[in-house]
Amino acid sequence: MIEFNNVVKSYSEGNQALRGVSMQIEDGEFAYLVGPSGSGKSTIIRLITGELRPTSGTVHVNGYSLERIRKKELPFMRRTVGVVFQDFRLIQDMTVYDNVAFAMRVVGAREKDIKERIPYVLELVGLENKSSRYPNTLSGGEQQRLAIARALVNNPSTIIADEPTGNLDPARSVEIMSLLQEINALGTTMLVVTHEQDLVERFQKRVIVINDGLIASDRMGGYQL
Amino acid sequence: MKLNNFGYLLKQGFRGIFRRGFMSFAAICVTVACLLIVGTFSAVMYNLNIIVSDLNKNTELLVFVDETLTDAEARSVGSDINLVENVANSIPITREEAMQNFAADYDYDVDAGLDPTIFRHRFRVSLVDNRLLHETMEKLYQVPGVANISAPEAIMENFTLMQDILLMVSLVIIGILLVVSLLIISNTVKLAMYDRRDEIAIMRMVGATNGFIRFPFMIQGFVLGMVGAGLAFGLEWLMYDNLLASIGQTLKWLNFVPFSELLMPMLLVFGGAGLFVGVVGSWTSIRKFMNV
Repeated sequence: MIEFNNVVKSYSEGNQALRGVSMQIEDGEFAYLVGPSGSGKSTIIRLITGELRPTSGTVHVNGYSLERIRKKELPFMRRTVGVVFQDFRLIQDMTVYDNVAFAMRVVGAREKDIKERIPYVLELVGLENKSSRYPNTLSGGEQQRLAIARALVNNPSTIIADEPTGNLDPARSVEIMSLLQEINALGTTMLVVTHEQDLVERFQKRVIVINDGLIASDRMGGYQL
Repeated sequence: MKLNNFGYLLKQGFRGIFRRGFMSFAAICVTVACLLIVGTFSAVMYNLNIIVSDLNKNTELLVFVDETLTDAEARSVGSDINLVENVANSIPITREEAMQNFAADYDYDVDAGLDPTIFRHRFRVSLVDNRLLHETMEKLYQVPGVANISAPEAIMENFTLMQDILLMVSLVIIGILLVVSLLIISNTVKLAMYDRRDEIAIMRMVGATNGFIRFPFMIQGFVLGMVGAGLAFGLEWLMYDNLLASIGQTLKWLNFVPFSELLMPMLLVFGGAGLFVGVVGSWTSIRKFMNV
């Protein structure tokens, strides 16, 4: 579960990115976070991943209170949150298999478990036949599927997707959104940050609109700023 | 960090060395050069120190006994001298022996009427620590029957000063060279970390602990440091033996220490320096990188 209570985040330059945001995303829920550039979406993501701490208010993510989390606990909190980025952030000199295995090795998984888990995850994202390929030989959609597989492989309870379709054509974007929905149907909480109105309209999920550091609307269905 | 990651992390550490092959090679070369100079300097200093110590040990005092004492009384002064702190030993020289020595030193004919009674009974005294010369002389003057003391003070003080200067110079040079090696290794590891910054960001994102991220870089620094130390040690051995074989013939009167006698201390110095340079070098660069 993700819970923000009256969160304010000010940067040192003095500007307030968030001005009292409160929201709650329940376990297993699917929500879109939309809003114009500079509205505070990235700050919310960075607060959820523990890169930033709130200036005031509280942020709870999967049982961790991030406003007072200790440095040593951060890696363990992050293992409960998978993150997918617009620019994929894949390791170019590792194969598809190794890119995903890397995420498991980092958390200390045994080789036996890695060998069992990766074929399942690659199949889930439709890359089972490309495990020995390198990222730069894959299409944009496939690279994003690989990034999703990496976010998914450690079985996090939440996935945050930051503009996951920003670099993809409309057909591939629909595929990726469908994949994220399938993963959500398996029980993973999903928070998708996007600009793409068409996609949000198409999938008719909860939409949280943020504008100028405040929640402008939070409702089911379409994209209305 | 879990134990089942150990092999993987070890592999990553070695991978990092070959990934930036040229920088690793440069780091090893600089470490070898620095440790070679450190080792050579240490060996030279060690030998010089031994030579100076030997010369210093051979420097003795002459303690003259009051001429009014009888032969038996003069001899008994020796046991009192031996009781003085910092006195290593004392060798008695009778008036007759003193006369013989004088005659030999100055090519004087003893039969030409030289009287032994004009010489004092005396003792050749060597000290445990020549640095305490003045304190020991003061105590020797308090021994009943001691009339005068002749000491090559200037020579002894110069030897002591020379030992002190050698020690200080070698410590400064060793320190500077270690810092140079440290900076080079640190820079290599920093470059390796910069090279892998995206990978490190992904590691952090998926929940890697700091220990997990650090470990391969520590391995990298350790291996670079130890390979450099190993090569420098081998080269030092080779150079030392060859040098000794060539100059040992020319400077026979100087007692150089064979490398076999230096093996353990040198191994410890090189191993310790390699470990220090490698691990501390990578640790500092990682710490800086982690703080960014």
